[in-house]
Amino acid sequence: MTAVTQIEVTNLKKNYNNFCAVDKINFKVKTGEILGLLGPNGAGKTTTLRMLTGFFEPSSGNIKIKNLKIPEDTLKIKKLIGYLPESAPLYHNMLVFDYLVYVAKIKEIAKDRIADKLKELSSLCGLSEIMHKPVSELSKGLNQRVGLAHAMISDPEILILDEPTSGLDPNQIVEIRKIIKNIGKEKTIILSTHILSEAEATCDRILIIDKGKIVADDTPKNLKKNAKTESYITLSLNNTNHDIDVEKAKDIIKSIDKSIIVKVENRSDKGVITFTIIASNIDDPMKKIYLAIKGTDYIISEFKKESQSLENIFHKLTTEGLQEVQQEDK
Amino acid sequence: MTQIRHIAIKEFKDYFTSPIAYIVISIFLIVTGWFFFSTFFLYDRASMRDFFLLLPTIFAFIIPAITMRLLSEEMNVGSYEILVTMPVSLTDIAIGKFLGATSFVIVMLIPTILYPVSISFLGDLDLGPIIGGYIGAILLGSAYCAIGVFASSLTRNQIVAFIIGAAICFTFTIIDRVLFFVPGALASIIEYIGANSHFANISKGVIDTRDIIYFASVIFLALFGTYLMMKEKN
Repeated sequence: MTAVTQIEVTNLKKNYNNFCAVDKINFKVKTGEILGLLGPNGAGKTTTLRMLTGFFEPSSGNIKIKNLKIPEDTLKIKKLIGYLPESAPLYHNMLVFDYLVYVAKIKEIAKDRIADKLKELSSLCGLSEIMHKPVSELSKGLNQRVGLAHAMISDPEILILDEPTSGLDPNQIVEIRKIIKNIGKEKTIILSTHILSEAEATCDRILIIDKGKIVADDTPKNLKKNAKTESYITLSLNNTNHDIDVEKAKDIIKSIDKSIIVKVENRSDKGVITFTIIASNIDDPMKKIYLAIKGTDYIISEFKKESQSLENIFHKLTTEGLQEVQQEDK
Repeated sequence: MTQIRHIAIKEFKDYFTSPIAYIVISIFLIVTGWFFFSTFFLYDRASMRDFFLLLPTIFAFIIPAITMRLLSEEMNVGSYEILVTMPVSLTDIAIGKFLGATSFVIVMLIPTILYPVSISFLGDLDLGPIIGGYIGAILLGSAYCAIGVFASSLTRNQIVAFIIGAAICFTFTIIDRVLFFVPGALASIIEYIGANSHFANISKGVIDTRDIIYFASVIFLALFGTYLMMKEKN
Protein backbone atom coordinates (compact mmCIF):
# COMPACT_ATOMS: atom_id res chain seq x y z
CA MET A 1 0.00 0.00 0.00
CA THR A 2 1.38 3.39 -0.92
CA ALA A 3 1.65 5.82 1.91
CA VAL A 4 0.07 8.85 0.32
CA THR A 5 -1.21 11.63 2.49
CA GLN A 6 -4.95 11.46 2.19
CA ILE A 7 -6.11 13.93 4.76
CA GLU A 8 -4.27 17.07 5.63
CA VAL A 9 -5.43 19.36 8.38
CA THR A 10 -3.70 22.68 8.93
CA ASN A 11 -4.34 25.24 11.64
CA LEU A 12 -7.85 23.99 12.11
CA LYS A 13 -9.82 26.04 14.58
CA LYS A 14 -13.39 26.03 15.81
CA ASN A 15 -14.97 28.53 18.15
CA TYR A 16 -18.36 28.28 19.76
CA ASN A 17 -19.10 31.86 20.64
CA ASN A 18 -16.23 32.62 23.04
CA PHE A 19 -15.26 29.04 23.68
CA CYS A 20 -12.48 27.60 21.57
CA ALA A 21 -13.22 23.90 21.11
CA VAL A 22 -10.44 23.11 18.66
CA ASP A 23 -7.37 25.31 18.70
CA LYS A 24 -5.20 25.37 15.58
CA ILE A 25 -4.48 21.70 15.22
CA ASN A 26 -2.37 20.17 12.45
CA PHE A 27 -2.17 16.56 11.40
CA LYS A 28 -1.94 14.32 8.37
CA VAL A 29 -3.40 10.92 7.74
CA LYS A 30 -2.01 8.49 5.21
CA THR A 31 -3.98 6.11 3.08
CA GLY A 32 -4.75 2.88 4.91
CA GLU A 33 -3.91 4.22 8.31
CA ILE A 34 -6.05 3.78 11.41
CA LEU A 35 -5.77 6.97 13.38
CA GLY A 36 -7.13 7.25 16.89
CA LEU A 37 -8.17 10.57 18.36
CA LEU A 38 -7.83 10.22 22.06
CA GLY A 39 -8.77 12.67 24.73
CA PRO A 40 -10.90 13.28 27.80
CA ASN A 41 -14.51 14.30 27.40
CA GLY A 42 -14.86 17.72 25.85
CA ALA A 43 -11.35 17.75 24.43
CA GLY A 44 -12.56 18.56 20.92
CA LYS A 45 -12.55 15.12 19.32
CA THR A 46 -16.12 15.15 18.11
CA THR A 47 -15.80 18.74 16.91
CA THR A 48 -12.72 17.82 14.88
CA LEU A 49 -14.51 14.87 13.30
CA ARG A 50 -17.57 16.94 12.60
CA MET A 51 -15.45 19.44 10.73
CA LEU A 52 -13.84 16.65 8.71
CA THR A 53 -17.26 15.34 7.71
CA GLY A 54 -18.54 18.76 6.72
CA PHE A 55 -21.15 18.92 9.48
CA PHE A 56 -19.47 21.93 11.05
CA GLU A 57 -17.70 24.65 9.20
CA PRO A 58 -14.26 25.45 10.62
CA SER A 59 -13.82 28.92 12.11
CA SER A 60 -10.44 29.04 10.41
CA GLY A 61 -7.81 26.72 8.98
CA ASN A 62 -7.85 24.23 6.16
CA ILE A 63 -8.95 20.68 5.63
CA LYS A 64 -7.70 19.00 2.50
CA ILE A 65 -8.91 15.55 1.59
CA LYS A 66 -7.43 14.11 -1.59
CA ASN A 67 -6.93 17.53 -3.16
CA LEU A 68 -10.48 18.52 -2.25
CA LYS A 69 -11.05 21.33 0.19
CA ILE A 70 -13.68 22.12 2.77
CA PRO A 71 -15.92 24.11 2.37
CA GLU A 72 -15.67 24.44 -1.43
CA ASP A 73 -15.91 20.75 -2.24
CA THR A 74 -17.89 19.61 0.78
CA LEU A 75 -20.35 17.64 -1.31
CA LYS A 76 -17.58 15.72 -3.08
CA ILE A 77 -15.82 15.09 0.20
CA LYS A 78 -19.00 13.75 1.74
CA LYS A 79 -19.03 11.14 -1.00
CA LEU A 80 -15.58 9.93 0.01
CA ILE A 81 -16.44 9.63 3.66
CA GLY A 82 -18.47 7.15 5.64
CA TYR A 83 -19.37 8.63 9.00
CA LEU A 84 -20.66 7.08 12.17
CA PRO A 85 -21.72 9.85 14.56
CA GLU A 86 -21.47 9.37 18.28
CA SER A 87 -24.14 6.92 19.50
CA ALA A 88 -25.39 6.47 15.92
CA PRO A 89 -28.63 8.46 15.94
CA LEU A 90 -30.63 6.67 13.24
CA TYR A 91 -34.23 7.14 12.11
CA HIS A 92 -36.26 5.42 14.78
CA ASN A 93 -39.42 4.86 12.83
CA MET A 94 -37.81 2.97 9.97
CA LEU A 95 -37.04 -0.72 9.58
CA VAL A 96 -33.34 -1.53 9.44
CA PHE A 97 -33.72 -2.77 5.87
CA ASP A 98 -35.68 0.28 4.72
CA TYR A 99 -33.19 2.52 6.42
CA LEU A 100 -30.19 0.97 4.72
CA VAL A 101 -31.94 1.00 1.34
CA TYR A 102 -32.71 4.69 1.84
CA VAL A 103 -29.09 5.42 2.69
CA ALA A 104 -27.90 3.38 -0.29
CA LYS A 105 -30.14 5.38 -2.60
CA ILE A 106 -28.99 8.71 -1.20
CA LYS A 107 -25.40 7.58 -1.57
CA GLU A 108 -26.13 6.85 -5.22
CA ILE A 109 -25.54 3.12 -5.23
CA ALA A 110 -26.87 1.55 -8.42
CA LYS A 111 -30.27 -0.06 -7.89
CA ASP A 112 -29.19 -3.52 -8.98
CA ARG A 113 -26.24 -3.46 -6.60
CA ILE A 114 -28.17 -2.49 -3.46
CA ALA A 115 -29.34 -6.03 -2.65
CA ASP A 116 -25.84 -7.49 -2.97
CA LYS A 117 -24.36 -4.68 -0.93
CA LEU A 118 -26.88 -5.22 1.85
CA LYS A 119 -26.15 -8.93 1.94
CA GLU A 120 -22.45 -8.26 2.17
CA LEU A 121 -22.90 -5.73 4.98
CA SER A 122 -25.35 -7.84 6.88
CA SER A 123 -22.84 -10.66 7.08
CA LEU A 124 -19.96 -8.30 7.90
CA CYS A 125 -21.81 -6.47 10.65
CA GLY A 126 -24.07 -9.34 11.70
CA LEU A 127 -27.38 -7.75 10.77
CA SER A 128 -29.19 -10.64 9.11
CA GLU A 129 -31.36 -11.30 12.17
CA ILE A 130 -32.51 -7.72 12.59
CA MET A 131 -33.11 -6.52 9.03
CA HIS A 132 -36.89 -6.59 9.50
CA LYS A 133 -36.91 -4.85 12.88
CA PRO A 134 -37.64 -1.18 13.48
CA VAL A 135 -34.55 0.78 14.46
CA SER A 136 -36.28 1.90 17.67
CA GLU A 137 -36.38 -1.69 18.95
CA LEU A 138 -32.67 -2.29 18.60
CA SER A 139 -30.29 -2.49 21.53
CA LYS A 140 -27.42 -0.07 21.73
CA GLY A 141 -24.96 -2.55 20.26
CA LEU A 142 -27.18 -3.48 17.34
CA ASN A 143 -27.90 0.17 16.70
CA GLN A 144 -24.18 0.78 16.56
CA ARG A 145 -23.74 -2.05 14.07
CA VAL A 146 -26.43 -0.61 11.82
CA GLY A 147 -24.58 2.70 12.11
CA LEU A 148 -21.39 0.98 10.97
CA ALA A 149 -23.23 -0.56 8.04
CA HIS A 150 -24.57 2.91 7.25
CA ALA A 151 -21.05 4.29 7.21
CA MET A 152 -19.67 1.53 5.01
CA ILE A 153 -22.50 1.13 2.56
CA SER A 154 -20.93 3.17 -0.21
CA ASP A 155 -17.46 1.61 0.15
CA PRO A 156 -16.02 4.96 1.20
CA GLU A 157 -12.28 5.49 1.06
CA ILE A 158 -12.32 7.12 4.45
CA LEU A 159 -14.24 5.99 7.49
CA ILE A 160 -14.78 8.36 10.36
CA LEU A 161 -16.09 6.75 13.50
CA ASP A 162 -16.98 8.76 16.58
CA GLU A 163 -16.75 6.63 19.69
CA PRO A 164 -17.62 3.45 17.82
CA THR A 165 -17.66 1.25 20.91
CA SER A 166 -19.21 3.55 23.49
CA GLY A 167 -22.04 1.98 25.42
CA LEU A 168 -21.36 -1.52 24.18
CA ASP A 169 -20.79 -4.58 26.32
CA PRO A 170 -17.32 -6.19 26.31
CA ASN A 171 -18.27 -8.88 23.78
CA GLN A 172 -19.69 -6.33 21.40
CA ILE A 173 -16.62 -4.16 21.83
CA VAL A 174 -14.37 -7.03 20.78
CA GLU A 175 -16.64 -7.68 17.83
CA ILE A 176 -16.75 -4.08 16.64
CA ARG A 177 -12.99 -3.80 17.05
CA LYS A 178 -12.56 -6.87 14.91
CA ILE A 179 -14.74 -5.32 12.24
CA ILE A 180 -12.79 -2.06 12.38
CA LYS A 181 -9.46 -3.88 12.13
CA ASN A 182 -10.77 -5.80 9.16
CA ILE A 183 -11.93 -2.76 7.28
CA GLY A 184 -8.80 -0.90 8.25
CA LYS A 185 -6.72 -3.17 6.07
CA GLU A 186 -7.98 -1.37 2.99
CA LYS A 187 -9.39 1.92 4.17
CA THR A 188 -8.30 4.96 6.03
CA ILE A 189 -10.02 5.12 9.38
CA ILE A 190 -10.18 7.91 11.90
CA LEU A 191 -11.82 6.99 15.15
CA SER A 192 -12.25 8.88 18.35
CA THR A 193 -12.38 7.37 21.77
CA HIS A 194 -11.73 8.17 25.37
CA ILE A 195 -10.93 4.55 26.13
CA LEU A 196 -7.21 4.01 25.95
CA SER A 197 -7.13 0.28 25.59
CA GLU A 198 -9.28 0.72 22.54
CA ALA A 199 -6.91 3.10 20.85
CA GLU A 200 -4.05 0.82 21.80
CA ALA A 201 -5.80 -2.22 20.38
CA THR A 202 -7.00 -0.81 17.09
CA CYS A 203 -4.97 2.18 16.00
CA ASP A 204 -1.76 2.50 14.01
CA ARG A 205 -1.27 6.01 15.27
CA ILE A 206 -2.68 7.99 18.14
CA LEU A 207 -3.33 11.69 18.47
CA ILE A 208 -3.93 12.74 22.03
CA ILE A 209 -6.05 15.86 22.18
CA ASP A 210 -6.64 17.97 25.21
CA LYS A 211 -8.51 21.26 25.41
CA GLY A 212 -8.54 21.53 21.64
CA LYS A 213 -4.80 21.04 21.24
CA ILE A 214 -2.76 18.06 20.14
CA VAL A 215 -0.50 17.02 23.01
CA ALA A 216 0.93 13.86 21.47
CA ASP A 217 1.07 12.31 18.03
CA ASP A 218 2.76 8.94 17.65
CA THR A 219 2.28 5.20 17.37
CA PRO A 220 1.07 3.49 20.54
CA LYS A 221 4.40 1.66 20.71
CA ASN A 222 6.50 4.82 20.55
CA LEU A 223 4.31 6.62 23.02
CA LYS A 224 4.94 3.83 25.46
CA LYS A 225 8.64 3.65 24.72
CA ASN A 226 9.23 7.33 25.29
CA ALA A 227 7.59 7.18 28.65
CA LYS A 228 9.54 4.15 29.76
CA THR A 229 12.19 5.93 31.76
CA GLU A 230 10.05 5.80 34.88
CA SER A 231 8.77 2.55 36.29
CA TYR A 232 6.14 2.14 38.93
CA ILE A 233 6.49 -0.90 41.13
CA THR A 234 4.14 -2.17 43.78
CA LEU A 235 5.69 -4.21 46.55
CA SER A 236 3.93 -5.74 49.56
CA LEU A 237 5.96 -7.10 52.42
CA ASN A 238 5.15 -8.84 55.65
CA ASN A 239 6.85 -10.81 58.33
CA THR A 240 5.43 -13.66 60.36
CA ASN A 241 7.54 -13.05 63.46
CA HIS A 242 7.45 -9.34 64.09
CA ASP A 243 6.18 -6.15 62.57
CA ILE A 244 8.22 -4.63 59.83
CA ASP A 245 10.22 -1.53 60.60
CA VAL A 246 8.99 0.66 57.77
CA GLU A 247 11.92 3.04 57.79
CA LYS A 248 14.37 0.15 57.73
CA ALA A 249 12.58 -1.43 54.78
CA LYS A 250 12.60 1.89 52.97
CA ASP A 251 16.30 2.25 53.54
CA ILE A 252 16.97 -1.22 52.18
CA ILE A 253 15.19 -0.38 48.96
CA LYS A 254 16.77 3.04 48.73
CA SER A 255 20.20 1.53 49.15
CA ILE A 256 19.94 0.44 45.49
CA ASP A 257 19.93 3.98 44.22
CA LYS A 258 19.33 7.32 45.91
CA SER A 259 16.98 8.50 43.20
CA ILE A 260 14.40 5.82 44.04
CA ILE A 261 11.26 7.15 45.63
CA VAL A 262 9.51 4.87 48.10
CA LYS A 263 6.03 5.60 49.40
CA VAL A 264 3.92 3.61 51.82
CA GLU A 265 0.70 2.95 50.06
CA ASN A 266 -1.16 0.85 52.58
CA ARG A 267 -0.80 -0.89 55.95
CA SER A 268 -3.11 -3.82 56.53
CA ASP A 269 -4.14 -5.19 59.94
CA LYS A 270 -2.22 -8.35 59.30
CA GLY A 271 1.05 -6.46 59.12
CA VAL A 272 1.29 -6.35 55.35
CA ILE A 273 2.79 -3.12 54.14
CA THR A 274 2.40 -2.06 50.55
CA PHE A 275 4.95 0.25 48.99
CA THR A 276 4.88 2.12 45.75
CA ILE A 277 8.34 2.47 44.29
CA ILE A 278 9.15 4.90 41.53
CA ALA A 279 12.45 4.14 39.88
CA SER A 280 13.84 6.54 37.28
CA ASN A 281 16.58 5.67 34.85
CA ILE A 282 17.48 2.37 36.47
CA ASP A 283 18.06 -0.75 34.45
CA ASP A 284 15.91 -3.64 35.50
CA PRO A 285 14.79 -2.24 38.88
CA MET A 286 12.73 -5.35 39.62
CA LYS A 287 15.83 -7.52 39.79
CA LYS A 288 17.70 -5.10 42.01
CA ILE A 289 14.86 -4.71 44.45
CA TYR A 290 14.41 -8.46 44.64
CA LEU A 291 18.07 -9.01 45.38
CA ALA A 292 17.96 -6.36 48.11
CA ILE A 293 14.91 -7.92 49.78
CA LYS A 294 16.29 -11.43 49.43
CA GLY A 295 18.88 -10.82 52.14
CA THR A 296 16.23 -9.91 54.77
CA ASP A 297 13.63 -12.08 56.48
CA TYR A 298 10.75 -10.26 54.82
CA ILE A 299 8.16 -12.25 52.93
CA ILE A 300 7.08 -10.82 49.61
CA SER A 301 3.34 -11.16 49.21
CA GLU A 302 2.98 -8.97 46.13
CA PHE A 303 5.55 -7.72 43.69
CA LYS A 304 4.62 -6.25 40.35
CA LYS A 305 5.57 -3.61 37.87
CA GLU A 306 2.81 -1.44 36.61
CA SER A 307 3.21 -1.75 32.91
CA GLN A 308 3.69 1.76 31.65
CA SER A 309 0.34 1.77 29.98
CA LEU A 310 -1.01 4.46 27.76
CA GLU A 311 -3.26 5.18 30.67
CA ASN A 312 -0.38 6.77 32.58
CA ILE A 313 0.88 8.67 29.57
CA PHE A 314 -2.58 9.90 28.77
CA HIS A 315 -3.17 10.92 32.34
CA LYS A 316 0.11 12.74 32.48
CA LEU A 317 -0.37 14.57 29.20
CA THR A 318 -3.93 15.60 29.80
CA THR A 319 -3.58 16.69 33.40
CA GLU A 320 -0.33 18.61 33.13
CA GLY A 321 -2.14 21.76 32.13
CA LEU A 322 -4.51 21.30 35.00
CA GLN A 323 -1.70 21.03 37.53
CA GLU A 324 -0.06 24.16 36.20
CA VAL A 325 -3.29 26.03 36.62
CA GLN A 326 -3.73 24.73 40.13
CA GLN A 327 -0.21 25.74 41.04
CA GLU A 328 -0.80 29.21 39.67
CA ASP A 329 -3.94 29.44 41.75
CA LYS A 330 -1.98 28.63 44.87
CA MET B 1 -31.85 16.08 -8.00
CA THR B 2 -32.23 12.37 -7.26
CA GLN B 3 -31.31 13.12 -3.66
CA ILE B 4 -34.25 15.50 -3.40
CA ARG B 5 -36.53 12.76 -4.71
CA HIS B 6 -35.25 10.19 -2.22
CA ILE B 7 -35.63 12.55 0.71
CA ALA B 8 -39.12 13.55 -0.43
CA ILE B 9 -40.20 9.92 -0.84
CA LYS B 10 -38.81 9.01 2.56
CA GLU B 11 -40.61 11.87 4.27
CA PHE B 12 -43.84 11.04 2.46
CA LYS B 13 -43.64 7.36 3.48
CA ASP B 14 -42.80 8.34 7.05
CA TYR B 15 -46.20 9.97 7.44
CA PHE B 16 -47.91 6.71 6.70
CA THR B 17 -45.69 4.46 8.80
CA SER B 18 -46.70 6.40 11.89
CA PRO B 19 -50.23 7.30 13.01
CA ILE B 20 -49.72 10.98 12.11
CA ALA B 21 -51.05 10.67 8.58
CA TYR B 22 -54.25 8.95 9.58
CA ILE B 23 -54.93 11.28 12.48
CA VAL B 24 -54.27 14.43 10.47
CA ILE B 25 -56.29 13.29 7.46
CA SER B 26 -59.21 12.27 9.68
CA ILE B 27 -59.21 15.57 11.53
CA PHE B 28 -58.95 17.49 8.27
CA LEU B 29 -61.88 15.62 6.72
CA ILE B 30 -64.06 15.88 9.82
CA VAL B 31 -63.43 19.61 10.23
CA THR B 32 -63.86 20.55 6.56
CA GLY B 33 -66.80 18.17 6.16
CA TRP B 34 -68.61 19.52 9.18
CA PHE B 35 -68.06 23.22 8.48
CA PHE B 36 -68.87 22.86 4.82
CA PHE B 37 -71.93 20.64 4.91
CA SER B 38 -73.52 22.05 8.06
CA THR B 39 -74.47 25.20 6.13
CA PHE B 40 -74.42 23.75 2.62
CA PHE B 41 -78.15 23.00 2.41
CA LEU B 42 -79.15 26.35 3.93
CA TYR B 43 -77.58 28.21 1.02
CA ASP B 44 -79.18 25.87 -1.48
CA ARG B 45 -76.36 26.39 -3.97
CA ALA B 46 -74.51 23.67 -5.86
CA SER B 47 -71.04 25.15 -5.42
CA MET B 48 -67.87 24.55 -3.46
CA ARG B 49 -67.32 28.22 -2.68
CA ASP B 50 -67.74 27.86 1.06
CA PHE B 51 -65.36 24.93 1.14
CA PHE B 52 -62.62 26.98 -0.50
CA LEU B 53 -63.39 29.99 1.71
CA LEU B 54 -62.80 27.79 4.70
CA LEU B 55 -59.68 26.08 3.48
CA PRO B 56 -57.01 28.74 4.26
CA THR B 57 -57.99 28.87 7.94
CA ILE B 58 -58.00 25.10 8.27
CA PHE B 59 -54.70 24.80 6.40
CA ALA B 60 -53.16 27.38 8.71
CA PHE B 61 -53.50 24.92 11.59
CA ILE B 62 -53.36 21.53 9.89
CA ILE B 63 -50.25 22.11 7.77
CA PRO B 64 -47.92 23.24 10.59
CA ALA B 65 -48.96 20.03 12.37
CA ILE B 66 -47.83 18.08 9.33
CA THR B 67 -44.54 19.90 8.92
CA MET B 68 -43.58 20.44 12.55
CA ARG B 69 -41.52 17.27 12.83
CA LEU B 70 -39.63 17.53 9.54
CA LEU B 71 -36.46 19.14 10.89
CA SER B 72 -37.13 19.58 14.63
CA GLU B 73 -37.37 15.85 15.19
CA GLU B 74 -34.16 15.18 13.32
CA MET B 75 -32.34 17.82 15.32
CA ASN B 76 -33.78 16.49 18.54
CA VAL B 77 -32.95 12.83 17.91
CA GLY B 78 -29.58 13.68 16.35
CA SER B 79 -30.29 12.01 13.01
CA TYR B 80 -29.85 15.48 11.55
CA GLU B 81 -26.11 14.86 11.78
CA ILE B 82 -26.47 11.67 9.76
CA LEU B 83 -28.60 13.43 7.17
CA VAL B 84 -26.29 16.39 6.74
CA THR B 85 -23.13 14.28 6.50
CA MET B 86 -24.56 12.15 3.72
CA PRO B 87 -23.73 13.39 0.22
CA VAL B 88 -26.63 15.83 0.09
CA SER B 89 -26.61 19.60 0.08
CA LEU B 90 -28.64 21.68 2.50
CA THR B 91 -30.78 22.82 -0.41
CA ASP B 92 -31.58 19.20 -1.26
CA ILE B 93 -32.71 18.66 2.32
CA ALA B 94 -34.92 21.76 2.41
CA ILE B 95 -36.55 21.05 -0.95
CA GLY B 96 -36.87 17.32 -0.31
CA LYS B 97 -38.64 17.83 3.01
CA PHE B 98 -40.86 20.49 1.47
CA LEU B 99 -41.88 18.25 -1.41
CA GLY B 100 -42.56 15.34 0.94
CA ALA B 101 -44.94 17.47 2.99
CA THR B 102 -46.58 18.98 -0.09
CA SER B 103 -47.28 15.55 -1.55
CA PHE B 104 -48.88 14.60 1.71
CA VAL B 105 -51.13 17.68 1.56
CA ILE B 106 -52.17 16.71 -1.96
CA VAL B 107 -53.03 13.21 -0.79
CA MET B 108 -54.99 14.73 2.06
CA LEU B 109 -57.06 16.73 -0.44
CA ILE B 110 -57.91 13.74 -2.61
CA PRO B 111 -60.81 12.41 -0.47
CA THR B 112 -62.47 15.84 -0.65
CA ILE B 113 -63.01 15.26 -4.38
CA LEU B 114 -65.99 13.28 -3.17
CA TYR B 115 -67.66 16.59 -2.25
CA PRO B 116 -67.92 18.00 -5.80
CA VAL B 117 -68.80 14.55 -7.08
CA SER B 118 -71.75 14.24 -4.70
CA ILE B 119 -72.77 17.88 -5.23
CA SER B 120 -72.88 17.32 -8.97
CA PHE B 121 -75.79 14.94 -8.38
CA LEU B 122 -77.74 17.71 -6.65
CA GLY B 123 -77.46 20.42 -9.26
CA ASP B 124 -75.43 21.97 -12.05
CA LEU B 125 -71.85 22.29 -10.88
CA ASP B 126 -69.53 24.78 -12.53
CA LEU B 127 -66.26 22.90 -12.99
CA GLY B 128 -64.05 25.98 -13.54
CA PRO B 129 -64.03 27.27 -9.96
CA ILE B 130 -63.59 23.76 -8.64
CA ILE B 131 -60.52 22.99 -10.73
CA GLY B 132 -59.21 26.47 -9.93
CA GLY B 133 -59.99 25.89 -6.29
CA TYR B 134 -57.98 22.71 -6.17
CA ILE B 135 -55.04 24.29 -7.98
CA GLY B 136 -55.25 27.17 -5.52
CA ALA B 137 -55.45 24.74 -2.62
CA ILE B 138 -52.30 22.99 -3.80
CA LEU B 139 -50.45 26.30 -4.21
CA LEU B 140 -51.63 27.56 -0.84
CA GLY B 141 -50.83 24.20 0.74
CA SER B 142 -47.30 24.23 -0.65
CA ALA B 143 -46.71 27.80 0.49
CA TYR B 144 -47.82 26.87 4.02
CA CYS B 145 -45.70 23.71 3.86
CA ALA B 146 -42.66 25.81 3.03
CA ILE B 147 -43.47 28.08 5.97
CA GLY B 148 -43.89 25.00 8.15
CA VAL B 149 -40.51 23.61 7.09
CA PHE B 150 -38.97 26.95 7.95
CA ALA B 151 -40.65 26.96 11.38
CA SER B 152 -39.37 23.44 11.93
CA SER B 153 -35.82 24.51 11.16
CA LEU B 154 -35.93 27.13 13.91
CA THR B 155 -36.19 24.82 16.89
CA ARG B 156 -35.65 21.28 18.00
CA ASN B 157 -38.95 21.31 19.84
CA GLN B 158 -41.84 20.15 17.66
CA ILE B 159 -44.52 21.91 19.68
CA VAL B 160 -42.69 25.21 19.37
CA ALA B 161 -42.28 24.56 15.64
CA PHE B 162 -46.02 23.99 15.36
CA ILE B 163 -46.90 27.16 17.23
CA ILE B 164 -44.50 29.30 15.18
CA GLY B 165 -45.69 27.73 11.94
CA ALA B 166 -49.36 28.13 12.80
CA ALA B 167 -48.78 31.73 13.89
CA ILE B 168 -47.11 32.67 10.58
CA CYS B 169 -49.65 30.81 8.43
CA PHE B 170 -52.58 32.23 10.37
CA THR B 171 -51.16 35.73 9.98
CA PHE B 172 -50.94 35.22 6.22
CA THR B 173 -54.53 34.00 6.26
CA ILE B 174 -56.17 36.80 8.23
CA ILE B 175 -53.97 39.78 7.52
CA ASP B 176 -56.27 41.06 4.79
CA ARG B 177 -59.14 41.31 7.31
CA VAL B 178 -57.41 44.24 8.98
CA LEU B 179 -57.47 46.26 5.75
CA PHE B 180 -60.39 48.19 7.18
CA PHE B 181 -58.17 49.74 9.84
CA VAL B 182 -55.13 50.72 7.78
CA PRO B 183 -54.61 53.79 5.60
CA GLY B 184 -55.19 53.41 1.90
CA ALA B 185 -51.55 53.43 0.88
CA LEU B 186 -50.75 50.50 3.11
CA ALA B 187 -53.90 48.61 2.31
CA SER B 188 -52.84 47.43 -1.11
CA ILE B 189 -49.47 46.24 0.20
CA ILE B 190 -51.07 44.32 3.03
CA GLU B 191 -53.61 42.83 0.70
CA TYR B 192 -50.78 41.66 -1.53
CA ILE B 193 -48.92 40.10 1.40
CA GLY B 194 -51.95 38.18 2.63
CA ALA B 195 -52.56 34.80 1.03
CA ASN B 196 -56.31 35.13 0.91
CA SER B 197 -56.77 37.47 -2.03
CA HIS B 198 -54.45 35.37 -4.20
CA PHE B 199 -56.12 32.17 -3.21
CA ALA B 200 -59.56 33.70 -3.74
CA ASN B 201 -58.61 34.79 -7.27
CA ILE B 202 -57.49 31.32 -8.26
CA SER B 203 -60.43 29.61 -6.61
CA LYS B 204 -62.77 31.75 -8.69
CA GLY B 205 -61.20 30.01 -11.64
CA VAL B 206 -59.04 32.97 -12.61
CA ILE B 207 -55.50 31.76 -12.92
CA ASP B 208 -53.30 34.81 -12.97
CA THR B 209 -49.49 34.68 -13.16
CA ARG B 210 -49.29 37.35 -10.45
CA ASP B 211 -50.92 34.99 -7.96
CA ILE B 212 -48.71 32.11 -9.01
CA ILE B 213 -45.65 34.33 -8.64
CA TYR B 214 -46.88 35.29 -5.17
CA PHE B 215 -47.07 31.69 -4.00
CA ALA B 216 -43.77 30.83 -5.67
CA SER B 217 -42.07 33.70 -3.88
CA VAL B 218 -43.49 32.69 -0.51
CA ILE B 219 -42.20 29.15 -1.09
CA PHE B 220 -38.81 30.43 -2.22
CA LEU B 221 -38.40 32.81 0.70
CA ALA B 222 -39.44 30.23 3.29
CA LEU B 223 -37.13 27.56 1.85
CA PHE B 224 -34.30 30.05 1.58
CA GLY B 225 -34.88 30.91 5.23
CA THR B 226 -34.72 27.20 6.04
CA TYR B 227 -31.44 26.93 4.16
CA LEU B 228 -30.02 29.88 6.08
CA MET B 229 -31.11 28.40 9.40
CA MET B 230 -29.44 25.10 8.59
CA LYS B 231 -26.32 26.88 7.43
CA GLU B 232 -26.29 28.87 10.65
CA LYS B 233 -26.28 25.64 12.66
CA ASN B 234 -23.03 24.54 10.99
